[in-house]
Amino acid sequence: MSAFEFSRHPLDPARLAAALADPAAGGYVSFEGWVRNENEGREVRRLDYEAFEELAVKEGARIVAEAVERFGVRGARCVHRIGELGLGELAVWVGVASGHRAEAFDACRYIIDEVKHRVPIWKKEHYLDGDSGWVNCERCAEAAHGHHHPHGG
Amino acid sequence: MIRLRLRYYALLREQAGLGEELVETAAGDAARLYDELAARHGFKLGREQLRVAVNSEFSDWTRPLADGDEVVFIPPVAGG
Repeated sequence: MSAFEFSRHPLDPARLAAALADPAAGGYVSFEGWVRNENEGREVRRLDYEAFEELAVKEGARIVAEAVERFGVRGARCVHRIGELGLGELAVWVGVASGHRAEAFDACRYIIDEVKHRVPIWKKEHYLDGDSGWVNCERCAEAAHGHHHPHGG
Repeated sequence: MIRLRLRYYALLREQAGLGEELVETAAGDAARLYDELAARHGFKLGREQLRVAVNSEFSDWTRPLADGDEVVFIPPVAGG
């Protein structure tokens, strides 16, 4: 069981949580990222996730290790889906087991925030109107032509 | 000249029209390599919007490239 993994199949949060079971843990916090039906005012019908897996698993594992070290939690793990996902599907799961709840919440938040910013994963949205686009990327390309503004995310 | 293996993801893969390629280049570092490829493939993302990885680890743009290196340019990420 690696600290950060990809899955090409639907995730089962109950099974993932059970793998963090620890008699010294008094609290367990999880985050589930779901595929939403809209983004920035556009209706989304599905998503494609793609990753540079060799580097992504290393960077993801570093993030989980940082969270364990920084917040002193007993166990933490993150699993991210890859491939084609429909609305409502579970795209990313983070689980943290800890002696007490406060550090479990903090570590969980840290992991999902850092994963979004640092791990080489890309998301292509397919819209109801038939158009599609890489999130955080299409507008970057436009910005490169005209004025500059910081990335979203 | 050195020979490099390149892999493309997401927007860059679509703009290049391929997922990987072998190139022979005189570019001494990733910055010059990207400029060369941007001209050839019509990449519109500026270098300041990308990160670069050499042999599956994040790298500096100015680190000298060696024969046989595998280089990946990383467009803005969007996990989660």
